[in-house]
Amino acid sequence: MMSALETHVSELLATKAEARKLSFYYGDFRALKNITMPVHERKVTALIGPSGCGKSTFLRCFNRMHDLYPGNRYEGEIILQPDNANLLARDVDPIEVRMRIGMVFQKPNPFPKSVFENVAYGLRVRGESSRRRIEEKVEQALQDAALWEEVKNRLHQPAYNLSGGQQQRLCIARALATDPELLLFDEPTSALDPIATASIEELMHDLKERVTILIVTHNMQQAARVSDFTAYMYLGDLIEFGITDELFIKPKMKQTEDYITGRFG
Amino acid sequence: MAAANPVANPAQIRALIASHKRWDAIFALVGLAALMIGVLTFTALFVDMALDGFGRLSWDFFTNYPSRRPGQAGILSAWVGSTLVMFTTAFFAVPLGVAAGVYLEEYASKNWVTDIIEINITNLAGVPSIVYGLLALGLFVYQFGLGQSILAAGLTLALLILPVVIVATREAIRSIPQVIREGSYALGATQWQTVRYHILPYSSAGILTGIIIGMARAIGETAPIITIGALTFIAFLPPSPVQSEPPFLSFDWLMSPFTVMPIQMFNWTSRPEAAFHANAAAAGFVLVVMTLAMNGLAIWLRYRLRRKIKW
Repeated sequence: MMSALETHVSELLATKAEARKLSFYYGDFRALKNITMPVHERKVTALIGPSGCGKSTFLRCFNRMHDLYPGNRYEGEIILQPDNANLLARDVDPIEVRMRIGMVFQKPNPFPKSVFENVAYGLRVRGESSRRRIEEKVEQALQDAALWEEVKNRLHQPAYNLSGGQQQRLCIARALATDPELLLFDEPTSALDPIATASIEELMHDLKERVTILIVTHNMQQAARVSDFTAYMYLGDLIEFGITDELFIKPKMKQTEDYITGRFG
Repeated sequence: MAAANPVANPAQIRALIASHKRWDAIFALVGLAALMIGVLTFTALFVDMALDGFGRLSWDFFTNYPSRRPGQAGILSAWVGSTLVMFTTAFFAVPLGVAAGVYLEEYASKNWVTDIIEINITNLAGVPSIVYGLLALGLFVYQFGLGQSILAAGLTLALLILPVVIVATREAIRSIPQVIREGSYALGATQWQTVRYHILPYSSAGILTGIIIGMARAIGETAPIITIGALTFIAFLPPSPVQSEPPFLSFDWLMSPFTVMPIQMFNWTSRPEAAFHANAAAAGFVLVVMTLAMNGLAIWLRYRLRRKIKW
C-alpha cells in the first residue's frame, strides 16, 4: 500500500515502536482489529478518525493504561526499540513501560500540588532524592516545555493557579522530566483555546528533535500541521497510514478521502 | 385542562404557569414545616436543658469528682474518662478504617466477594450499639481479659464507628477524578506511590470529616459502655499518661476503670433528688457543646483542606 517514495522514506527512518497485529478487547468487545503500524523515531505520528474509531484506545495500549481496569485484553505485539521488547508481553511490568513512555492527557490534569512538585513527581517516583538534581531536572523540563519564563517566580504556588494552556504545558514538562523515549498525546488541545493550542503545537514541533511523539487528535488541521505521519482509523481498523502530506493531498483509500474532505465523520 | 392549542395564547400560558407555581409554594411551605419540626424540637430540648443546668456550670463542676451531695458533685472523672476513651477509639478506628477504605477503593478487585463485603459494611453501620456492647463484653472484657477498662471501651467504640470511617474514606476517595490517578500511573508510579502521594492527601478532608462525625457519635454512646461494665460512680482519675520519671510515658491508664459523660448523666437522672437532675442537665449541656464543637471542627477542617484542592 506504500508508494515508492514512502517505502524509500520508511527505509531511511529508524522505527521507535511498531504495533504488530495488535487487537484489543474491552471484555468481549473488540475495539482494535489487527493493527500493524510503525511509529518513526523523532517524528510526530498522528492518529485521526471519527469518535469511537479506537484511536485513543490504540494510544493507551502503548503505555499499558488499559491494565488499570479489569476485563481488558491485548492480542499481538507492540515492539519498542532499541531493545526490541514487546511491551504487551505478560512478563513485562506495565510500570516499566510507563517509566519509558510518557503521556499527556486530553484535559490538563496537574496534581493539586505546587508547580515544582508536579514536575518533580516523576523523579520522586523513580527514587531520586537529591534536592539539587531534582531542581536541575525540574528547571530543564520546564524550559523544554516553554514554561520556565512564566513560572520561575511561582514554582511553589499551586499548579491550579496557572491558565489552561500553562497547565497543559506543565503536564508536558511533568512527562519530559523523566526523559521518556516516546511521548503519547491524547487530544492534548481539545480543552484549550486557539492561542494555547498554537503554543502546544509549536512545542511539539520543537520536542520532536529529541523525543518520538504519537498524538491522537480529532482535529484534521492539527494533524496536518504537526505530524510527519498520519494514520486514519475507522471502527477499530487502521484504514490508511502514510506520510501526512501525501495522506491529506492524495489519500489512497476512498474512506480516508471521504473523512478528510468532510463528507463523512 | 383544555387541549393544547397550537396557537400560543399568552393569557392562557400565564394562567397555566400560575397554577403550576402554586405547587411550588405549597411544597416550599411543607418543606419548611418539616424542617422546623426537627430544628425547633432540638432547640427547645437544648434550651430547656441549658436553663436547667446553667446554674450548676462553674469551674468546680469540671474539677470535682461525683459526690453524694449534689452541690459538690462534678464531672471531672467523666470528662477525663470520655477524653481518654475517645483518644483510644480514634487510635484504633482511624488506621483500621482508613486502611480498609483505601483497600476497597484502590486495591480490591471488583468481584462478588468485594460486593458482599461492601454490603455488609453498610449493614454494620446500622447494627444497634447494644449489640456491639454484648460482643465487646464477651470478646474484649472476658475472652481477652481486658476487664472493665478504658482499653475495652475504646476498642468497643472503635468497632462501632469503623463502618462510618470506612464509608467516609471510600466516598472521599471516590470523589478524586480518575484522570489524577491516570496521571500518576502514567508516570510509572506504583499503586502505593499513587495512594501515598495523591489518594490520601487529596481525600484527607473528607476522611477527617468522617472520623470526627464518627467520634461525635461515639462520645454520646451509652448502651455499649454500660454493657461492658463502666462504673457509674468513680472518685479517682486513671493514672496519668505522662510521668515525671523516665520513661515519662505510661500506658497504665488503658487498663484503668473509668466512667464517661453519658453514664454520669444517666446515673444522675436516675437519682430521686431534683438537684441531681440539674447536674445531669449541666453535664448534658457540656456533652452537647463537646459534640457541636467536634462537628464545628469537622466543618472548619473540611473548609480549610478543600480550599487547597480544586478539580
